[in-house]
Amino acid sequence: MSAMDEIWILGIHMTKFGKHPDKDLVDLGVSAIHGALADGGVTMADVGVLAVGSTRGGGGMGQQLQKQVGQTGIPVYNVTNACATGATALRTAIMAVKADEADVGLAVGVEKLAGAGLLAGADRKEDSEVWEPSGRYGAVAEVDGRIGTATMPGVFAQIGMEYGHRYGGTSFELFAKISEKNHFHSTLNPLAAYTKAMSAEEIMNDVMIAYPNTRPMCSANCDGAAAAVVVNGAKLKTLSKGQQRRAVKVSASILTTDPWEEACQILPNVNTLTRNAANQAYEQSGVGPEDLDLVELHDCFATAELVHYDNLMLCEEGGAPDFFNSGATWRDGQLPVNVSGGLQSKGHPIAATGIANIWEVCQHLRDEGKQRQIEGAKVGLAHVIGLGSACGVHVLEKAAA
Amino acid sequence: MANQVPLVSYLVLNNEPHLVAHECVRCGARYFDRRNACAACFGTEFRDADVATEGEVRAFTIVSRAAPGIEVPFVSAVVDCDGTSVRANIINTPPDPEHVSLGMKVRLATYSMGKDENGTEAIGFGFEPAA
Repeated sequence: MSAMDEIWILGIHMTKFGKHPDKDLVDLGVSAIHGALADGGVTMADVGVLAVGSTRGGGGMGQQLQKQVGQTGIPVYNVTNACATGATALRTAIMAVKADEADVGLAVGVEKLAGAGLLAGADRKEDSEVWEPSGRYGAVAEVDGRIGTATMPGVFAQIGMEYGHRYGGTSFELFAKISEKNHFHSTLNPLAAYTKAMSAEEIMNDVMIAYPNTRPMCSANCDGAAAAVVVNGAKLKTLSKGQQRRAVKVSASILTTDPWEEACQILPNVNTLTRNAANQAYEQSGVGPEDLDLVELHDCFATAELVHYDNLMLCEEGGAPDFFNSGATWRDGQLPVNVSGGLQSKGHPIAATGIANIWEVCQHLRDEGKQRQIEGAKVGLAHVIGLGSACGVHVLEKAAA
Repeated sequence: MANQVPLVSYLVLNNEPHLVAHECVRCGARYFDRRNACAACFGTEFRDADVATEGEVRAFTIVSRAAPGIEVPFVSAVVDCDGTSVRANIINTPPDPEHVSLGMKVRLATYSMGKDENGTEAIGFGFEPAA
């Protein structure tokens, strides 16, 4: 692989996740951009391509940000891919740099969701006066609640339960313990929206949303932004030793969608596309799951984290409950997962998530993780999934010297 | 029955109510929505296929928070009907983990959703324990 083909993260930044009532989307996006540019030691004059994700920002968020940080005339790609939006923005910038259309790319994800409640299935049209078929199912009335649930906590609850049905070993308590781990991890992350440790018992006794997911087992809606500056290897060689030392190598950047399988249009299949992305990422990077020092995976619900241990091949097929019960995924375990606190406590400002998880891995690979540093971390993996579906997996490696 | 209408067009109301899928003529993939083409093999020809009325709960959740107007708690499930997966509520049993379990045998059941202003009655469906 030539230096031109290599992709490096030169600078990366995430804002504090949580409530930012005094800031709008542009303010948050600008904070992330300024942070990432400063971290990388470059300015907007160096950037040749911009990719921006915001699922609720309306159109043209990229241009709105340019109008505040620098209108340099470069191409902007406004992207959305549900919860994989941030990873898609990053992947878009990486593709442009890989195609040699630019040697410096900037990717941004920004969202304001504090207090948003249920994102899907939050409201339902009233039944009409006359039963009249409409839509692709010829439905005479709203089907949410009558033919299953449209809510994300319910969809992902079923995904976790399906895993339990297939392989066994799951229970309400097991899912609660996964959440307990992530809430414990969050106590060391000052940028997390929630930083309170909770016992499995407290978690189980909290408000039930969709069994077995109680409120603390659901991703936390919040505001936040994250941005990353990527460069190719040739560009990196022209930069300072300090920039080269802190640069993090993107050994794999993968985006997949779900291939058709029986039942995938009945209950989203988040497994196959994640497994496909992981396989491609391991092949592209030459890194195997046994080489990973930490993983940030898409724990949008406690039930989701369990299935992704298996999908990312961190454990044997069907072995996710045993893998978790061994303590492997706690921060002092064999393969720490979601040391940031994960989406359940760090929070999930949707479009920012797919870059913020990469920021977290970079902190450790740069040995800048402070109180939550995973000692000696050299290789990490970041995973997101957006329902519909799209899955992003990035494998990241510490600079050689 | 003239004054009855099914909640969705893939629910057939006759002496033995059942679901009907659009089955791809080429590869056999089954769908419940109006199709443009097959997502598995790209074929564009479909035939109607009756879906088994008995099945097994492969996944479920008990929804306690939903949009205003939806009665909670209710059980949302994926039912494996002899190889065809169906999304449905589990009905006619209390919505709690003591009465609903993975692998439980269920069968299709219909219920009245009430009459509209023209006197037409809508019929919904779910799956109930097949005791």
